[in-house]
Amino acid sequence: MNKSLHVFGRRALSCGLSSLALALALPTGAYAADYPTAKVNTTGLAVTDTEVVVGQLHSATGTMAISETGSIQAERLAIDEINAAGGILGRKIKIIQEDGASDWPNFAEKSKKLLISDKVAAVFGCWTSASRKAVLPVFEKENGLLYYPTFYEGLEQSKNVFYTGQEATQQILAGLDWLVKEKKAKTFFLIGSDYIWPRTSNKIARKHIENVLKGTVVGEEYYPLGHTQFGSLINKIKLKKPDAIYAIVVGGSNVSFYKQLKAAGVTSAKQTLLTISVTEDEMLGIGGENVEGFYAAMKYFQSLDNPNNKEFVKKFKAKYGKDAVIGDVTQAAYLGPWLWKAAVEKAGSFDVDKVVAASPNIELKTAPEGYVKIHPNHHLWSKLRVGQALANGQFKVLYESDLIEPNPFPKGYQ
Amino acid sequence: MDSLSMSELWAIFVMQSFNGLSSFSVLLLMALGLAIIFGQMGVINMAHGEFLTIGAYTTFVLSEVSQRWMPWMQGSYFILAVVVSFFIAASVGLLVEHLMIRHLYRRPLDTLLATWGLSLIMQQVFRSVFGAKEVSATLPDWLMGSVQPTESIDIPINGLLVMGLTLLMTAGVFVGLFKTRWGVWVRATTQNRVMAGAAGINTRRIDKYTFALGCGLAGVAGAAFTTIGSTGPTSGSLYIVDTFLVVVFGGAESLVGTIASAFSIAQAQSTSEFFLTGSTAKVLTLLAVILILMLRPHGLFSIRVRR
Repeated sequence: MNKSLHVFGRRALSCGLSSLALALALPTGAYAADYPTAKVNTTGLAVTDTEVVVGQLHSATGTMAISETGSIQAERLAIDEINAAGGILGRKIKIIQEDGASDWPNFAEKSKKLLISDKVAAVFGCWTSASRKAVLPVFEKENGLLYYPTFYEGLEQSKNVFYTGQEATQQILAGLDWLVKEKKAKTFFLIGSDYIWPRTSNKIARKHIENVLKGTVVGEEYYPLGHTQFGSLINKIKLKKPDAIYAIVVGGSNVSFYKQLKAAGVTSAKQTLLTISVTEDEMLGIGGENVEGFYAAMKYFQSLDNPNNKEFVKKFKAKYGKDAVIGDVTQAAYLGPWLWKAAVEKAGSFDVDKVVAASPNIELKTAPEGYVKIHPNHHLWSKLRVGQALANGQFKVLYESDLIEPNPFPKGYQ
Repeated sequence: MDSLSMSELWAIFVMQSFNGLSSFSVLLLMALGLAIIFGQMGVINMAHGEFLTIGAYTTFVLSEVSQRWMPWMQGSYFILAVVVSFFIAASVGLLVEHLMIRHLYRRPLDTLLATWGLSLIMQQVFRSVFGAKEVSATLPDWLMGSVQPTESIDIPINGLLVMGLTLLMTAGVFVGLFKTRWGVWVRATTQNRVMAGAAGINTRRIDKYTFALGCGLAGVAGAAFTTIGSTGPTSGSLYIVDTFLVVVFGGAESLVGTIASAFSIAQAQSTSEFFLTGSTAKVLTLLAVILILMLRPHGLFSIRVRR
């Protein structure tokens, strides 16, 4: 790499960092010498005078590799940047990567290995709720620290987990409010893949539609994962003529679903559709031309127009190729190491209990999504955005909410 | 539903019937190749889904090629893709038959294990070559539209295309098996290999080309399914269960059985899907298949043969 470029990159980074540190009222450029290992590590973590070890636990193989590859890349990028800027408390971060292999018991085994034998100071990982539920007892028993990046159904809070994606109410309520306000939707058709996340999300959506928005749910349907024939469903949609379709179809089924919708004449010109399960990553597989004009409710889109994000997209593409796309979860995964760094520096220690105690109200002004803050309930304050799908596989951001308080246990929605 | 007019009900009825037929042709197109291999040769080909994926990726590659270098081909590349998919899948089939299957004839359980391993290997090859993410062939616009005979009826063109291909392939297989010399040889070989050999039929060659044909048909199915579904390393495994279901339910030795079985499963699924939900429909269909298989263990149409 060109040396001057490197220095420039470093300067730009430390510039961003110092603004972050300023916000936290912390001194910049911490040196290991100022933080002796005996002081910053009283619980026997893998921390030396020069190095701190963290774990990365995602599926690099198996069916979930499609989704989790982006998270692995984003976390690595963040950690490389932190290291390039001097590390954490003067120590370089070393990664031990384990492969959950899309197999939930395997996730539990690997998390045991990371926490018990490797003594890692923090773990960045998991995607599906099933894998998170599998590792949760391990993290709680061994007092580990997990940064979990996926938007999910909520109904969970653990001392040992920080949730950097949105929980259901942040993603669903604001999106539905927008549909009613902007699209005058009164009747809704809810569709999902048949497992916990879509079902719980649609349950929350239904309550919100019926109790708060005074609309009607005219249909609610679930199809097995991997289902490829949506003809009957599409006919039912045509029969019920909903003002809006609310779609949480997951994985490869998406491709069939949107291609068949389009072929049956249910296009964005005639039908409003809002999804919370199609990001830029899924668009690659579906083909932008098949989703064009439909809406997605996410906290992050690659096309977000702010300096943090422009820098992030540039760096991500420089590292992983110009064809790489960044979806909502990829960005949330990128936040993990930065949030951990901020908490460790505030605590002046790697001890899990101290990091957890220091975490509430930590803010990140350098986040690609703009600004986030850790809530005492371990989720993030974040905005919701509604994007309209473009044929080129990107989203045009149409709406941005205020910061939304996370609420994993919403009253009246369970 | 009471606010619907007769014409709307009629429209839904037409589209729903079409939907049933379209599911039928998808199932049949998947099962055709497998029925030949399983029914005529007794080889349980667990890698059948991966041959389908070969067709899908071939279509994807041709779509990329035509987009980047031959824009004038964008409207028509798909036709070419169907043909090329057939030949590529069939050639890989020939190779597989030569390296693996021919050593395993008359050992159905071994073919099951070996081809299952093969399917894992092929999935990993797809993943290494095309990446883990699902890809999508860019289809010509004329393929993604719908025919509108009346204001409220939409008949998807991609569904029509799959139907047309199914019709063509099925007719081809029937003509091939029952009207040509090759067909006579195939039937003779499967019914009595030793006698067929004694009568001067090169049974080695028959096996080889029958297997390749079955794989080629899977390739065509793969190309056709890019119009309605996803293409990823594991796409094939999505279809394999349904495919075996159709073949076993129909009675392994009978092509007519395969057609009847695909038809009844598709209609049961699509009708119950319309009145119930998707997941329930799937459960009901599977239950019905199990019940009928308990009554007729050899499938709907079993050929009586002296064993």
